[in-house]
Amino acid sequence: MSTSNFTRRGMLKTSAVAGAGLAVPTIFTASSVAAFTNDPADQSTVTLGFNVPQSGPYADEGADELRAYELAVEHLNGEGDGGMMQTFSSKALQGNGIMGKKVEYVTGDTQTKSDAARATAKSMIEKDGAVIITGGSSSGVAVAVQALCQEAGVIFMAGLTHANDTTGKDRKANGFRHFFNSWMSGAALAPVLTKEYGTDRKAYHLTADYNWGYTTEEAIRNSTEALGWETVNAVKTPLTQTDFSAYITPVLQSDADVLVLNHYGNNMVNSLTNAVQFGLRDKMVNDKKFEIVVPLYSELMARGAGAAVKGIFGSQNWDWKLQKQLGDRYIGTDAFVKSFGEKYGFPPSQAAHTCYVQTLLYADAVERAGSFNPCAVVEALEGFEFDGLGNGPTLYRAEDHQCFKDVVVVRGKENPENEFDLVEIVEATPVDQVTYAPDAPEFGGADAKLGECNAGA
Amino acid sequence: MDAIILQILNGLDKGSAYALIALGLTLIFGTLGVVNFAHGALFMIGAFCAVTVSRILTLSYTTVDETRTDFLGNPMEIEVPYIHNLVGQSAGDFMIDWAVPISILFAIPVMIAIGVIMERGLIKHFYKRPHADQILVTFGLAIVLQEIIKFYYGANPIPTPAPSAFRGSFDFGAFLGLGANSIIYPYWRLVYFAFSLVIIGGVFAFLRYTTFGMVVRAGMADRETVGLLGINIDRKFTIMFGIAAAVAGLAGVMYTPINSPNYHMGMDFLVLSFVVVVVGGMGSLVGAVLAGFLLGILESFASMAAVLETLPGINQIVIYLVAIIILLTRPRGLMGRKGVMEE
Amino acid sequence: MLGLTRKDAILLAIVTVVALLAPFILNPFPTNSGFAQFNAGYPDLMQRFAIFGIFAIGFNILFGLTGYLSFGHAAFLGVGSYAGIWMMKLLTANIIPGIAASIVVAGLFALIVGFISLRRSGIYFAILTLAFAQMSYALAYSVLTPITGGETGLQLKLNDPRVLDGALAPGERAHANLFGLDMTSSIEMHFGAWQFTFNTGYYIAALVLVLAFYLSIRIFRSPFGMMLRAIKSNNTRMTYTGLNARPYALAAFVISGMYAGLAGGLMVAMDTQVGPERMFWTASGEVVLMTILGGAGTLIGPVLGAGLIKYMENIISKINSGILHEWFYWMPDGLEDFVITLVYPFVGKGWHLTLGIVFMLVVIFLPGGLVEGGQRLRRLAQGKRAKKSATQTNPAE
Repeated sequence: MSTSNFTRRGMLKTSAVAGAGLAVPTIFTASSVAAFTNDPADQSTVTLGFNVPQSGPYADEGADELRAYELAVEHLNGEGDGGMMQTFSSKALQGNGIMGKKVEYVTGDTQTKSDAARATAKSMIEKDGAVIITGGSSSGVAVAVQALCQEAGVIFMAGLTHANDTTGKDRKANGFRHFFNSWMSGAALAPVLTKEYGTDRKAYHLTADYNWGYTTEEAIRNSTEALGWETVNAVKTPLTQTDFSAYITPVLQSDADVLVLNHYGNNMVNSLTNAVQFGLRDKMVNDKKFEIVVPLYSELMARGAGAAVKGIFGSQNWDWKLQKQLGDRYIGTDAFVKSFGEKYGFPPSQAAHTCYVQTLLYADAVERAGSFNPCAVVEALEGFEFDGLGNGPTLYRAEDHQCFKDVVVVRGKENPENEFDLVEIVEATPVDQVTYAPDAPEFGGADAKLGECNAGA
Repeated sequence: MDAIILQILNGLDKGSAYALIALGLTLIFGTLGVVNFAHGALFMIGAFCAVTVSRILTLSYTTVDETRTDFLGNPMEIEVPYIHNLVGQSAGDFMIDWAVPISILFAIPVMIAIGVIMERGLIKHFYKRPHADQILVTFGLAIVLQEIIKFYYGANPIPTPAPSAFRGSFDFGAFLGLGANSIIYPYWRLVYFAFSLVIIGGVFAFLRYTTFGMVVRAGMADRETVGLLGINIDRKFTIMFGIAAAVAGLAGVMYTPINSPNYHMGMDFLVLSFVVVVVGGMGSLVGAVLAGFLLGILESFASMAAVLETLPGINQIVIYLVAIIILLTRPRGLMGRKGVMEE
Repeated sequence: MLGLTRKDAILLAIVTVVALLAPFILNPFPTNSGFAQFNAGYPDLMQRFAIFGIFAIGFNILFGLTGYLSFGHAAFLGVGSYAGIWMMKLLTANIIPGIAASIVVAGLFALIVGFISLRRSGIYFAILTLAFAQMSYALAYSVLTPITGGETGLQLKLNDPRVLDGALAPGERAHANLFGLDMTSSIEMHFGAWQFTFNTGYYIAALVLVLAFYLSIRIFRSPFGMMLRAIKSNNTRMTYTGLNARPYALAAFVISGMYAGLAGGLMVAMDTQVGPERMFWTASGEVVLMTILGGAGTLIGPVLGAGLIKYMENIISKINSGILHEWFYWMPDGLEDFVITLVYPFVGKGWHLTLGIVFMLVVIFLPGGLVEGGQRLRRLAQGKRAKKSATQTNPAE
C-alpha cells in the first residue's frame, strides 16, 4: 500500500531538510537563550495577561475587574488622569509604560473553572508572551493559576480570592495576593459583632461545602467563640444549591439568635434572600433580636440580594466611600473612584480595586527592580511597604506574599441614596488586629513554604 | 415534630417547582418525543419576563436635585418612574409593587408565542431525527437564549421581590394550635405552592376533559393512527408545545421572588428536571409530578443537621442516589410507559 | 497494512501526518499579523486537541457503535485524573505509572457504573450514568476533600513523597516527565515572520492520539464492533438470536471509560493539576456535543468535533474589544464602531453565543455533523470533475 510508505522517520527527515534549507539564521531558539520566560527585552511593548471570569455566575464581577485593568493600563501608559499613580507612595512609575515599554494586554475567560483558567493562562504565556497573569474571582481558580505561574516562571497577581489557602498552604513564590482573607474577616468582624450584638450570642452557621467555606467558618467560629459566643450548629450546604429553605427552617427551630452565612456569589444571594423571606430578621430569640452575618460582602452580591442586605454585617477589602468617610488615611480611594467613575459612570467594586492595585504594584516592582525577571520582581515586592493605594499603609509580607492592611467592616444600608450606595462603613479594623503569624495553623503551619521563585526558561 | 412538618412543607414547595418544570418537559417528551434541552432556558425566560415587566414599570426619567450629591460629588439625579405620571403616584407604586403577579399576564402570551415559534421554526424539523440531534440543536438554542439574556441583563442576579403584602410569613403553629411561631412559612412560598397546584390541575383537566386533550392523549399513544383518522395532529402538537413553554415560563415568573433570577438559572434546573421526569417515568404526566414532589421532600429531609451528622454529604447526592435506586427497582421509573425513549 | 483496509490506512496516515505537522498547520499566520489571534499552534491548545480527541474517540466507541448515550463520561476522565496525580505525588513524576493508573482506575470505575447502568437502556441509561457522575462531582467537591483537594484540587507539591524519585535539589520542582524528558520543554523554530513551537508533551499526546485512533479503527472493523452495531440497530432481534448483548455493551462501556481515563491521565501529565469541575455534568455534556458535532459513529468525526469546540473556547474567547479595534482601525470611524458593535457580541465574553449558533447551524444543515460537511465538499469536488454521473450515482439516503 503506497500510503504507508510515508513513514514518520521519512517525515522528520523531510521537515529537517526543509527547515535547514529555508530558515537561515535563527531556526531553533531553545528557550534557554532568554534569561526568563517571555523576556520582553527585544520588544518595545510588554504584555500583561488579564484572566477574569467572563461567563458563568461571576461574569459581572469579571467585567468589573477588566474595566479596572483597562484603566490601569491607560494610567501606566500615561493616558487619563493617572488615578492612584498620583497618590501612590512609590514614585517609580512615570506614565511611560513599564520601563519605557508600552503596556499591552490580552484577556481570557476563566469561566470560574480551574481547567479553563489554566488553559487561558497558558495560552497567554505560551502564545501571547505575557509576563504576568492576574485576575480571577474564586480561590479554586487562584490556587490553580498561581501554581501554573510558578511552574511557567511568570508572576501571578491574584484578583478576588478570599480563602486562607491562596497565601496559606498553597502559597507560591511567584504568587501575590492583595485581597484579604477568611482569617482577617473573622478577626475584624468578631469584635464589631460582639460590641453590637453582645457577647452571649448563639450562632448557627450555614457553610458552603468547599475549601473557602471551611476556612471562613473556622475563622468566624474561632474569633467569635474567643469573645464569648457559642456555636450552636454548623451545617454544610452544596455549592449547587439554589433554594436554601430546607437549611433555613431548622434555624428557626433552634435556639440560635445569630445566623452566619459562609456563602459567596449566588449561594449568598439566595441564602440571604431565603433567610429574610423566612422572617429571621423580625424574629426575637432569647429576648434578643435575631441577626444575620455575611462574612464576605461584595457590591454585586449586595445588589443581587436587594433589600435583603439591609442591616446585615460583613467585611470588605475596600469600599469606594472609604476616604470620604474615614479621611485621608485611605488616600488614593477618591482618585481611583474619580477616574473609574468618569470613565464608566459608576463607582468601582472591591474586585476592581484590588485588580487595579495589583497591576500598579506589579509595574512599580518592575520599575524598582529594573527588570521584568520574575525573581527580581519577587524580591522587589517582598516586604514592600507602601501607601496611597486606598487601603492605608500596607505591607506585602515576605513570608507568604499576603498584603496586610486595614479591613473594612460594613453593614447593609437601611436607606440607600442611590443604587451604588448599598453598604455603610462601620469601621476600618486596624491592620495590627488582623495580622497573624506566617506559620499559623490555619495557613498550613510550618509545612507551608513559598519555595524558590521561578524565572522559567 | 415541628421540624418534620416544616421539612415536608419545604419539600412540597421545592417539589412544586420541580414538578412544574418536569410537567412542561414531559409534555414535550410525551407528545412530541423530543428531548428538549432548551426547557430550562424557557423557565429562565419566564423569570426574565418578570424582570422585564418590573423594568418597564420602573422606567424613569431623571430630574436633578441640587440639594443632594452623587458619588462623584455632582448634583444628584433623581429617577421618577413614568408610571407615576401615567396612573398617579399611589397606583403607580402599587403596580410596581405587584410587578411579579402582573408579569403573568405578560408572560403567558410571550411564552406561548416563543413556544410556537420554536416548534414551527425549529423543533418541527427534528421529530424524525435521532435524539442526539435533538439534544445538540436544543442545547445550542439554550445557549443562544441564555447569552441573549446575559447580553441585556448581565450575569448578576436581579432582585425581584414579591408584593409587600406577601412578604411576611404565615403562622401555621398558631393556626393548628401548636403554639405561636413554632411553624411559620413565608406567604409567597405558599402562593407558589398553590399556584403550581392550580397549573398542574389545569393541565390535567385540560388533557382529561377537553376534546383537544383527548386528541393529544390519543396522539401521544399512537400518533400515526390519529393522523390517519384525518385529524390535524401537527397543529395540536404545536399548541401543546406552546402550552408547555407557558407552563415553564409561568413557573419561572412565580419563582423570581424566591430566588433572584440570573441568566443561567435554567441550566441549574435543567439536569434536575430531567432526573425528575425520568424517575417519574417517560411519558407519564402523573409520574413526573409525583417524582417532583418525592425528590423535593427527600432533598429537604437530607439537609437536616441530624441526618447530615450520620451521613455526611448525603445532601449533595440524595437526589441522584434515589434516582438510581428507583430506576434499578422499577425499570421505567415510577409510572413510565413501555417503549418510550427506551431505544 | 497494520490489519487495515486501504481506506482506513489512508485515514490513519492523514491523522498521523496532521498530528505530526500540527505545529505548522495550526500556526498559519505570521506572529505579528492581526490574524495571529487565530493561530492555535501553541503547546497547551495542541495538547488539549489531542487529549479531548482521545476522550471523544472513546466516547464514540460507546455511543457511536452501541447507541448507548452516556451522560456521565466526564466522571471517568476525572477519576482517571485523580488516580494519575496521586501516582505522581506518591510514586514518581514519570508519567507512565500515572497514565497506567488512570486507565486502570477509570476502567474499574466504568465497570461498576456500567454494570449497574446497563441494566436499563435509552434515556433511563443516560440518567443513571448522569447520576453517578453528578455524585462523583459533588463528593469530590465537598466530603472527599481530604482525597481530592476539594475546590482547589490537587497539584504536585515540594513535600510529596515520590518514593521512586530522588530527593529534589533545593529550588528544584518536580516536573512531569517521561524518563527525564520534561513535558513542558519546547523547541521554537523561527521562520521569517512565522514561529512554530514543538513541544514534548504535545508530541507524546499526539502519539497516544494516533495509537488510540488506530485502536478505534480496529474496534470499528472487528467482529466485536459488528456486534456493537447490532446492539444499536436492533437489540431485541439480537436477543432473539440467542446472543446476550449485555456483556458486549459492558465491554464497550469499559473500553470507552478507559479511553476517558487515558485522556484524564494525559491531562495530568501535561498539566499537573486536577479540579473537581472536570466531572461536572457540563463536562459530560461537552463530550456528547463534540461527538455529535463531528459526526457520531464516524471514525474521524469526534476528533473534529473536539477540535472545533476547544478552538472556539480558547481562541474566540480571547478576542476582546481592543483587538477588534486593531483589526478594523483602517475603516472610517463611524463604520469601524458600527462593525465592532456588530461583531462584539459574538467574540470575547460572547464566545458561548457563537458556540450555540454553530451547534444549531451544524445540526440543522449537516445532519451527519462535520464529517457530512466534508463528504458534501468532496462530492461537490468530484461532481465538478465528473459532471454528469455524480448526481445520478449518489444513492438517496
